[in-house]
Amino acid sequence: MINFEYSRVSSVKAAIDALAKNPGAGFIAGGTNLVDLMKKGVTTPARLIDINNLPLKQVEETAKGLSIGALVINSEVAGNTLVQEKYPLLAMALHAGASAQLRNMATVGGNMMQRTRCGYFYDTAMPCNKRQPGSGCGAIGGYNRMHAIFGTSTQCIAVHPSDMCVALAALDATVQVAGPKAERNILFTDFHRLPGTMPQKDNTLQNGELITGITIPANPYTKNVYYLKVRDRASYAFALVSVAVALELENDTIRSARLAMGGVAHKPWRLSVAEKFLTGKKATTENFKQAAKLSMEGARSFGQNDFKLKMAPAAIVEALTKAANA
Amino acid sequence: MIHNTTDCPNGDNGRRSFLKKSTAMAALSMAAPVLLKAAEHDEKIAALFEKIPLQIEVNGISHQLSVEPRVTLLDFLREQLGLTGTKKGCDHGQCGACTVHVDGKRINSCLTLAVMNNEKKITTIEGLAKGDQLHPMQESFIRHDGFQCGYCTPGQIMSAIACVREGHANSEEEIREFMSGNICRCGAYPNIVDAIMDVKKGGKAI
Ligand SMILES: Cc1cc2nc3c(=O)[nH]c(=O)nc-3n(C[C@H](O)[C@H](O)[C@H](O)COP(=O)(O)OP(=O)(O)OC[C@H]3O[C@@H](n4cnc5c(N)ncnc54)[C@H](O)[C@@H]3O)c2cc1C
Ligand code: SF4
Ligand code: FES
Ligand code: FES
Repeated sequence: MINFEYSRVSSVKAAIDALAKNPGAGFIAGGTNLVDLMKKGVTTPARLIDINNLPLKQVEETAKGLSIGALVINSEVAGNTLVQEKYPLLAMALHAGASAQLRNMATVGGNMMQRTRCGYFYDTAMPCNKRQPGSGCGAIGGYNRMHAIFGTSTQCIAVHPSDMCVALAALDATVQVAGPKAERNILFTDFHRLPGTMPQKDNTLQNGELITGITIPANPYTKNVYYLKVRDRASYAFALVSVAVALELENDTIRSARLAMGGVAHKPWRLSVAEKFLTGKKATTENFKQAAKLSMEGARSFGQNDFKLKMAPAAIVEALTKAANA
Repeated sequence: MIHNTTDCPNGDNGRRSFLKKSTAMAALSMAAPVLLKAAEHDEKIAALFEKIPLQIEVNGISHQLSVEPRVTLLDFLREQLGLTGTKKGCDHGQCGACTVHVDGKRINSCLTLAVMNNEKKITTIEGLAKGDQLHPMQESFIRHDGFQCGYCTPGQIMSAIACVREGHANSEEEIREFMSGNICRCGAYPNIVDAIMDVKKGGKAI
């Protein structure tokens, strides 16, 4: 690993100041993605600002819903009683991610900021527009089994690898951010972006900004929820396709629905058309199949990931069925 | 007890330090000016990056020293403290061989920097036994033949203890899920699961 300078900060202001003062610096939280990328030479920060002492470690119920600090570790969010009782979809998604050890290190902010697992992005000998803008995309016409089927561009077809973020996108979460000038809120579904002509930009966080936390509005999705993750082995593998479903049922009628997919796009992929379709409908296999069909409009595959065009709708139907029967 | 660690505090590390010395000697005999220059250059660059003071407790022993920022906790334990029980399998968070406890929680020591663990308490495989008395999980792994080559075993045992303490060892299925972060190339999984179930059923606090 190329050496770097290191400092610890203990307040949000000090963290932002330290970043402003040191061009080429970056924050480090759990380290589970950043240290990996630094070992591979994909990221080479001149200085790391360790934010682990910041007071952003609370999970709290507020008047509007739930607030989670950016530095709460994934296992703590997943094991939190409040989360398990009132936001069980989030707990399920977190438990589906990584391993027990990694969940004890990974933070909420770091999970959102984790980079794609595209093999070309990790291999500095290969072309990759995300790592080195203008160098080309190795995955188009190359190994692209794990890659996107929605929202791709001619420059990048990578997916965002997070499970947690799929649940947060479905649950209408908001991201709190602090910067040198001001604090602001970003809708979770606006946080990650599509690659377009700037695949090097994963999200809409501005230079110099720090994620301080997320909030999830109170919701009725305490029972009929499911996070389905399809992967190459039963555990400890990234999603080929994942589906987060939250249903509000009255007898067998769907009063409202929230759906998002992982493993299919450069950002958590919210299925708004399916949500609208399902609202007011009966929870039947027929309707679930129709919702899945509507969700696949505009999907496009790249060879090795052709199977996702069949796997994704099947996963949507299964996740909806499991949620309805939960 | 406070150690001002400069070299390996764990006494005999014969083979490893011999290997290190012999490579250094081989390098010197290889000739020299070029190599020496390169070494000097490296040292200058290294000196540009400040070593960071680190106060850390490992297996009940406090250490106060300074380390380069880029040293992972895994390399720090193995190379600087000579605690080679913790293994490096993949060095990328993908195998669990490097599992240790930090303030009681199991983590992958290959993906955290030593300097990020200031004022933390670390437990490694070497810290489990009390004298000659093995930890119940170590005994159970032996009883159930929970390994073949043994390379993954320190990580498996550290992870297994945490798995039971967390309350995630209530069924074989749950153990398999919550032990999925520890890969065993020899495929000793069934016996590992048995070893953990046995400790869990024993019902003793571990
Ligand atoms: C083997 C392996 C398997 C994995 N499997 C899964 C999986 O199945 N599902 C899944 O979802 N994830 C998986 N992960 C990824 C893991 O979830 C992420 O690495 C983790 O969430 C990153 O969080 P961190 O706190 O360690 O981030 P770090 O590595 O510390 O940081 C990552 C990035 O986020 C930035 N950052 C961190 N905190 C903030 C903040 N508050 N504000 C602004 N920027 C910030 C850092 O600067 C850095 O660029 C896996 C990882 C590994 C190594
Ligand atoms: S898909 Fe994106 S991340 Fe992968 S090689 Fe192409 S540009 Fe790079
Ligand atoms: S060496 Fe750390 S997980 Fe493999
Ligand atoms: S015993 Fe050989 S890798 Fe597990």
